[in-house]
Amino acid sequence: MKAAVIRFPGSNCDQDCFHVLKNDFGLDTQYVWHKDASVEQFDIIVLPGGFSYGDYLRCGAIARFSPVMRSVAAEAERGKLVLGICNGFQILCEARLLPGALIRNRSLHFVCEYVRTRLENFETAFTHAELAKSDGNLLTARTGLLLRMPVAHGEGSYTADEQTLRELNRNNQVVLRYADAHGAITDTANPNGSAENIAGIVNRAGNVFGLMPHPERACDPLLGSEDGKLIFQSMIQSAMKQK
Amino acid sequence: MKVKVTVMPKKSVLDPQGVAVRDAMRHQGLTDVKSVRIGKFMEIEVEHADENKLHEICRDLLSNPVIEDYELQVEA
Repeated sequence: MKAAVIRFPGSNCDQDCFHVLKNDFGLDTQYVWHKDASVEQFDIIVLPGGFSYGDYLRCGAIARFSPVMRSVAAEAERGKLVLGICNGFQILCEARLLPGALIRNRSLHFVCEYVRTRLENFETAFTHAELAKSDGNLLTARTGLLLRMPVAHGEGSYTADEQTLRELNRNNQVVLRYADAHGAITDTANPNGSAENIAGIVNRAGNVFGLMPHPERACDPLLGSEDGKLIFQSMIQSAMKQK
Repeated sequence: MKVKVTVMPKKSVLDPQGVAVRDAMRHQGLTDVKSVRIGKFMEIEVEHADENKLHEICRDLLSNPVIEDYELQVEA
């Protein structure tokens, strides 16, 4: 199982993603420079967070045209699993691999905090797994699961037109919504003003997933949460089935 | 040849920057300000203006049609 972590100039969560994939899950993980032409040889493709191209023009707007993105789009088209985290999510939206866009937070402030997200679809390739936590508890999506993960962004307000939102809902493409501690989807639990509290979506085919929270920063109890492992574990299990 | 591109957030998209600036203007005494919307203005110099190509670039790179509208102006 080979995983690629794509590095753009300005990526800064690449090492966290690499660490999780390689050391927590034992994958053959490699960095791929954005100027490389191909990611064909990988089973899993991760676009990490950061500030690609300094967020110039719009977040992800320039990275979207990096040479490697042509190959990412081709592999996504073939059904390969692609995960975009934070800036990676922004890049996937700019590249039109995911619908909608991420705009400036409603508060205009950079938000950096733990949030809870409610898992809305536990059958996607990225969310179906059960996770045995190190405290002995079983994290399973079928219990109306809340994932606790950090967010850190200035432009994380998900926006899309009415029709796109309707389609996302109709096709169960909304994977995560910001929620309060009881799992209620409230405005106060929404850290950035995202439409319908959307924190993460998959494409229609279900093989491209983008989310604003950082699962790679929530894979170790020492860091305050290991809920993010559920996403990586699901993705890796799904990729194994694909092979 | 000069090309001017204006990119504005779509009317339907929330512009929190514009709202903050509008509020600041009210604090400065312009109490009847109704709204402010903040966009981008780009000046581009090219040898030859291939309008089709420029529109393509406006659509794909300089603006994001999901959230923004653009206006392209080619100066002779």
